[in-house]
Parts: sequence; structure tokens; C-alpha cells
Amino acid sequence: MRNVYLDYSATTPVKEEVLKEMIPYFTEKFGNPSSLYDKGLESKDAVTHAREQVAALINAKPAEIYFTAGGTESDNWAVFGACEKLKSKGNHIITTKIEHHAMLHSCAFLEKQGYEVTYLDIDKDGFIDLKQLEDAITDKTILISVMLVNNEIGTIQPIKEVAAIAKKHGILIHTDAVQGLGNLPIDVKDLGVDLMSVSSHKIYGPKGSGALYIRKGVSISNYLHGGAQENRRRAGTENLAGIVGFGKAAEIAKNNLENHIKHCSELRNYLKDRIIAEIPDTYVNGTMEKRHPGNLNITFKYIEGESILLLLNQFGISVSTGSACSSTSLEPSHVLSALGVPVEMIHGTVRFTVGDFTTKEDIDYVVDNLKTIVAKLREISSVNSTKGW
Amino acid sequence: MALYNDIVMDHFLNPKNVGELENPDGTGVYGSPVCGDMMQIQIKVDGEKITDAKFKTFGCGSAIASSSMATSMIIGKTIEEALEVTNKEIIDNLGGLPPVKVHCSVLADKAIKNAIYDYAQKNGKHYAALEGYDPNADEDDDHGDIEE
Repeated sequence: MRNVYLDYSATTPVKEEVLKEMIPYFTEKFGNPSSLYDKGLESKDAVTHAREQVAALINAKPAEIYFTAGGTESDNWAVFGACEKLKSKGNHIITTKIEHHAMLHSCAFLEKQGYEVTYLDIDKDGFIDLKQLEDAITDKTILISVMLVNNEIGTIQPIKEVAAIAKKHGILIHTDAVQGLGNLPIDVKDLGVDLMSVSSHKIYGPKGSGALYIRKGVSISNYLHGGAQENRRRAGTENLAGIVGFGKAAEIAKNNLENHIKHCSELRNYLKDRIIAEIPDTYVNGTMEKRHPGNLNITFKYIEGESILLLLNQFGISVSTGSACSSTSLEPSHVLSALGVPVEMIHGTVRFTVGDFTTKEDIDYVVDNLKTIVAKLREISSVNSTKGW
Repeated sequence: MALYNDIVMDHFLNPKNVGELENPDGTGVYGSPVCGDMMQIQIKVDGEKITDAKFKTFGCGSAIASSSMATSMIIGKTIEEALEVTNKEIIDNLGGLPPVKVHCSVLADKAIKNAIYDYAQKNGKHYAALEGYDPNADEDDDHGDIEE
């Protein structure tokens, strides 16, 4: 059976070139980067090189890159580190309703500790309102955190404008760029952010590896306490092979960025055009402008997403859904709710993300099977276009 | 490894009794698209025996599988016997469901009851198991219990 992976926003395969770079660092080059003999220094050099590679992808200085265990740790560090550092200044955070749970659940935890959090709305296209942001700022606001690219609907937020507002009011600005890295040009200097979370496994690097960009001169409290690694700011023996892999993946992403964007957006648009033209009662969620090049989020009316996912899986096709039934919490997608998608339609959403290894034949295979699957489920469904909901 | 066992997958991939009856003796609907699951079960009754049943379901894999299983279970049963079908039996016959999915079969047993209730109303029948039964009782309370 054919295997078609269309869930690149969930994770990506490690590229061969990346794996090749990593392997020696599990075996012969296993030294602890903190050790002072050659075997340690060799590892330290590898970490330094990876730091340069990651920095180059986002136009940061290498010293501004702090390796972490991934996007979730980076988000947690940014928000808890900022709040701890600035607790004498205020207790108010501004973020959005569509952040990743790494941010939302961190904020919910802080609310229990007495912090106040404003969650910005998004409009029907999927964008925040800069006026609502500025209006939400108080003299107690210590952090603004807005994600660069949304993981479900792929919309790209106006972070440069957000950062300008934050700067005007002297407030720290963090962005979760986990879905953005490698999918659009990112220049931290141009964006003007203070803190930025990135992750390796979304850009064809290994899992369990990520980084927090901390702009030079910005100070937040440490999150992990222990040894003097990462310039005394993030303790714990380095995930050496993971860092080397992240570095190599970042280097490839930088060199390949233009091709990657072109390849993904062409196939994504082809997928969208075929689905909309050939399957009735389907809708795209979020605008197609200013969107992650590989992301497509579609509602199939009158049927439920987990059923679609399971049937696609029968044909070797991997996608994800915003349906409540697919989540362990049974909660429908908070992002699609914020977008104003009616709950009964959220249950019928599927997220497709194409990536570097997707081909046009893959897309044709998916659409051909999707047509049969949607028709079959609509045949079974107790709701339809004549009966209505 | 898979989300569902082979029996559930078989009932999901090849559901039995999908569709609508031409002249149903009873129709029961339970759930709503807002909750993510909505099931319609129709029955054909001859004497006191359920001779046919069909379903239409908007919902996830386990909702469709449990509809298929539930309709298969009641065909050939008397009304009294069908009213005794419990969620646990539906789940057991499916070889078990993931805990988070248990609410999907709650839907099937309620849809059966509602179909029989409709039949009873139309035919002036009384069944002990339907004493005080409210087919429109709050349908959402199953969901809350499963919060992680």
C-alpha cells in the first residue's frame, strides 16, 4: 500500500543528511561538552557549530541561541522566566486564544498563581487585532506572547507590528515560532522580538531538541537549575546528537527555504483546489493569504473528523483533525472555536500539511481516496444537506 | 497499537444496517452534531419482535461501530429484550472501547430506547422499562465525566 504522510506540522522525518551528522555523536564522539580534555572539547565545538547554524537561520547572534529540549520547554522558559524576573513590575500577560497548549496551559497555571492573562481574539481570517492588543496593555503588563504561525490554520501573525507595540510600551515580546521556522523567512532583528521559541523536529531534525532565542541584553530567570551549561542559563548536559542534528537541519532549511516554500505551497494549493472543486460542502478554515506554505485546514460538512482520519489511515494516509473525538480531552479545537467555526463544523475538520517529501502523485492519491471516504461517511451520517444539522 | 480493536474496526469499516427504513414503526434520535455524535435508529416491529433496524450516525469511528453493533443486537429480539440492552453489553460485544470513547455507546443504547419509545407512543404500548423515561433528557452529561 502507498504511504502518504500529510502531517508535517505534527512532526517531520529526520533527513538522511541530518541523521548522518548525528550518528558519530552517539558513539565515538560521545564526550561531555563540559569536559576539558579533547573528547569534551570536540563535543563543545560541535555544539558551537550547531549554535551558529541555528542562529544563521533566524539572523541571530550565536550567543543568543539557548538549546532546550524542544518547543514546549522554550515556551515554558520564556513565560515562567519572564514572569519570575519581572514579578516586582507587574502580573499581567497578553497572549492569544490560538496559542499552542505549551503557552495556554502555562498561562492557565500562572492565573492560578495570581497572574492576570488577556487572551486576544482572532478575526474570521485568523489574525489578531493590533488595536485590541494595544488596548489590553496596562501598567502591569510584563509580557506579550503571540505565536508567529498557528499550528492548526497556519496563519502568520503580524509579529513585527506586535513587537513594535511592545517596544513602545517597554514590554517584553515573545513569539512561539515553532511552526514558522523553516517555513518562512525569519529575521529576529527585523521582527524585533526579545524571545523566540523554535524546535528541531518540525524542520526535519530530531525530536527532543529545540532552542529559545534570547535577544542580547534581555534578562529572564532561569527555568532549569543545575550546571553551568548554555552560558549558565539552561542547566543539564547537552543533548549532543540532538543539537548537532538541529544545527544540520537548520542549515539545510536555510539553504532550501525558497524551494521548500515553493514546493509546499504549490502542492498545498493543488490539494486545496482539487478538494474544493471535487468534494461538495467543503470549506477552508482561515485565509489562504499569509499562511504556512504547507498548511491546509478543511471542514467536511456533515461528517466527523476522526472517522475521516481512520478511513484515510486505511489507505496509508496520515492527517490530523480538530474534532473533539480525536482528542483525549474531548474538547473541540480551541483555534477553530476562536476562528468562529461552528462547533458541529469543527468536528468535521481535517488538517493536511505537505512537506519536502510530498509529491503530486501523493496529492492525487489522497484526493481520489478522500472523495470515496467522504461520500461513504455522508451516506452513513444522520445529517446531510437536505436534512441540515 | 491501533486506536480500536479488530471488531470495532470491522463494524466501522463495514457497518451493518446502515440506512433508513421505508415505513419505520419507531424512530429514535439521540445526541447532536454540536456534541460530535448524533445517531438515528429506526425499528420495524412485528408483534412484539423487532424484525429490522437501521441506523444513520454522524460521529467518530466508535459511534459508527457501536451503531452497527447495537442494531445487529436488537434485530430478532423482543421489545422487552431490546430494552434490556445495556451500554456495557454493546461495548463487550465490540471487544471493548478506549475509555475516552465509552460515551459513544451510551448514545446507541439511548437511541434504541428512543426508537422504542416512539413505537410505544404511536401504538399505545406500555413497557415497564420506559416508565418515567424522558427521551429528551439532557444528553450532554456523559461528556463531562470523562474530562482528563
